Amino acid sequence: MIRILRQVARAGLVTEAPPDPDEALRGVREQLEKEVLRSFAGALAIRHVDAGSCNGCELEIHACSNPYYNLEGLGIRFVASPRHADLLLVTGPVSKHMEEALRRTYDATPDPKLVVAIGDCGCTGGVFGENYASRGRVSNVIPVDVAVPGCPPTPHAIMQGILTAITRAP
Amino acid sequence: MQIGSFDIATETLPGAAKAERCVVDFLGWLELAQAVAAADGHLVAIWGVDDRDRGRGFGVRVAYGLPEALLIAELPLASEPPVYPDLAATFPAADRMQRAMFDLLGLQPLGAEDDRAWLRHGAWPRDVYPLRRTTPVDTDHVMVPEVYPFVSVTGEGVHEIPVGPVHAGTIEPGHFRFSIIGERVLRLEEHLGYKHKGIEKRFEGLAIPDAARLAARVSGDSTVAYGWAFAMAVEAALDHRVRERAAWLRALALERERVANHLGDLGFIGNDAGLGFALAQFSRLRENWLRSNAALFGHRLAMDFVVPGGVAGDMEDQVERDMRLQARDVEVEVLHLRSLLDDHAGLQDRLRRCGVVTPELARRLGLTGLAGRASGVARDLRVQSPTAPYDRIGPRLCGATDGDVAARAAVRFDEIVESLHLIQRLLDTLPPREESTPLPDAKGHRFGVGRVEGWRGEVLVALELDEGAVRRVHPHDPSWQNWPVLEHAILGNIVPDFPLINKSFNLSYAGVDL
Repeated sequence: MIRILRQVARAGLVTEAPPDPDEALRGVREQLEKEVLRSFAGALAIRHVDAGSCNGCELEIHACSNPYYNLEGLGIRFVASPRHADLLLVTGPVSKHMEEALRRTYDATPDPKLVVAIGDCGCTGGVFGENYASRGRVSNVIPVDVAVPGCPPTPHAIMQGILTAITRAP
Repeated sequence: MQIGSFDIATETLPGAAKAERCVVDFLGWLELAQAVAAADGHLVAIWGVDDRDRGRGFGVRVAYGLPEALLIAELPLASEPPVYPDLAATFPAADRMQRAMFDLLGLQPLGAEDDRAWLRHGAWPRDVYPLRRTTPVDTDHVMVPEVYPFVSVTGEGVHEIPVGPVHAGTIEPGHFRFSIIGERVLRLEEHLGYKHKGIEKRFEGLAIPDAARLAARVSGDSTVAYGWAFAMAVEAALDHRVRERAAWLRALALERERVANHLGDLGFIGNDAGLGFALAQFSRLRENWLRSNAALFGHRLAMDFVVPGGVAGDMEDQVERDMRLQARDVEVEVLHLRSLLDDHAGLQDRLRRCGVVTPELARRLGLTGLAGRASGVARDLRVQSPTAPYDRIGPRLCGATDGDVAARAAVRFDEIVESLHLIQRLLDTLPPREESTPLPDAKGHRFGVGRVEGWRGEVLVALELDEGAVRRVHPHDPSWQNWPVLEHAILGNIVPDFPLINKSFNLSYAGVDL
């Protein structure tokens, strides 16, 4: 145990001291915190749905929870059920096989709810487009509040997307 | 080519990957399979083609991994009815590949035990085959959801837990059906195909650069491996040699992809066993690593860095020095974290003897790649069939034989360190800059194959070009082989250990749903 604590101390708080290229991110973090506090009483719950991605976007959504971005430290957390969620984070072009699951997840999320489509595929269908098995962009299936382009978008861009959605919230 | 006592006439294919090709008949298809199995060869991939517009019928192709080379066998089929002998009796991993091939092309394996749909969940009718060249890409059918006939387990106290397709975390979609008694798993049946988005059909007719972008998005966590395998296939089809420096830079990107994924997985394995410390530490290392990727390759995942004919961009000398220093630092950190995790009794108690795949079972079912190496399947393309630059930097094969979660974590630790050493060696031997030569024009019909040891295992891309545009691409992910083995690894374990066991394999859904 003492060795683990020593390692924790040695690694330090990377969140508090971002390297130079992250100065822009600090602005986003402060703003995010304010909006979360104002609109969602300090807690925003996100349900992620992969509707057919290549799994690249998932890697960057994971990264939002690493110590550098520390999304959870802002009161934003990922939840296991749409019933607990305020916001759906949807990745991928929507495959036909996931269309019903996505709709049901949307219906199961209580109102008022927000939807953020992540990545070029979520925004436009991306390299996969629409075909016999793909419905393309997320907004072809459920209403989308904010769409974040990028292939995949950086964790910074994903956080900005969440912020934008929150500022639009009622 | 001599396979044990079986002799077959083959033609050597051009390209970086050593590959032979042969045409067999109905009986030869089976004889070859048995000869390969007897010679300890392994099944890499099966795919189908529709060549009716070229004055032929349908065809099935199989790729076998043999010590000497990759062997691709072609079996031409009649137009109606297109049937071929089942391979699943010899190579169990063939089962889902054959079912997928039926869903997409209507080619039927004679004698196969399981004829349930695999990739088709009702987005198109059973008698429509989207990958036939006569079926337009934009064909739209009304989705008619079909009930998948899971095998049910009966008996007193047995009940089922359905999980998915939407999972509880930030994970890809798929369905798992557990039959359990108390907490213990009696049976797990996977049902995948939810992400099927018509990738193989989408490839048809694309120009090479567009197809390369699509190939790089078959499975995002292996984007470098797919990008390289696709580029290798194009270069083979056009008989084009890339500059040495480009090969070295590709290998740097591939080893960095391996390290990035292993770092992420080790964090999640620790986390799924209740040690959040591991996730915090490893995700910190991974983030540093990805930020350097952005500086090196212009992209955090090095997506689209490998392009047919070479690479997109080069490195400054300063960056090269940074990469060396970083590799050294990460090695020190990872070895330190490993000693902390190895000493953590609570963690080791969760990882050891959990999700065991014995070497015997691994061989029988065809377990491959990283998970295979943790179960005594000592195979790594970089070691046994190296393409440049691996033939010059002497990669070491990492492996274990316990076949449990701890072994799969240990192989990841070993491979991180090995990759960091390879990165140093690649930088030591980095060839000087040269002007790249453009890809030659492609006339007529061409075939090429690319084969790369990605972080998860062997990635294969088989490619056909027609007058310079893509005619057919089959990308193959090692997850095809390993998903069915996961169903065995969980047997006898308790349900709460499934996330941990699953994460220790970390298989791709996108890569097999296509």
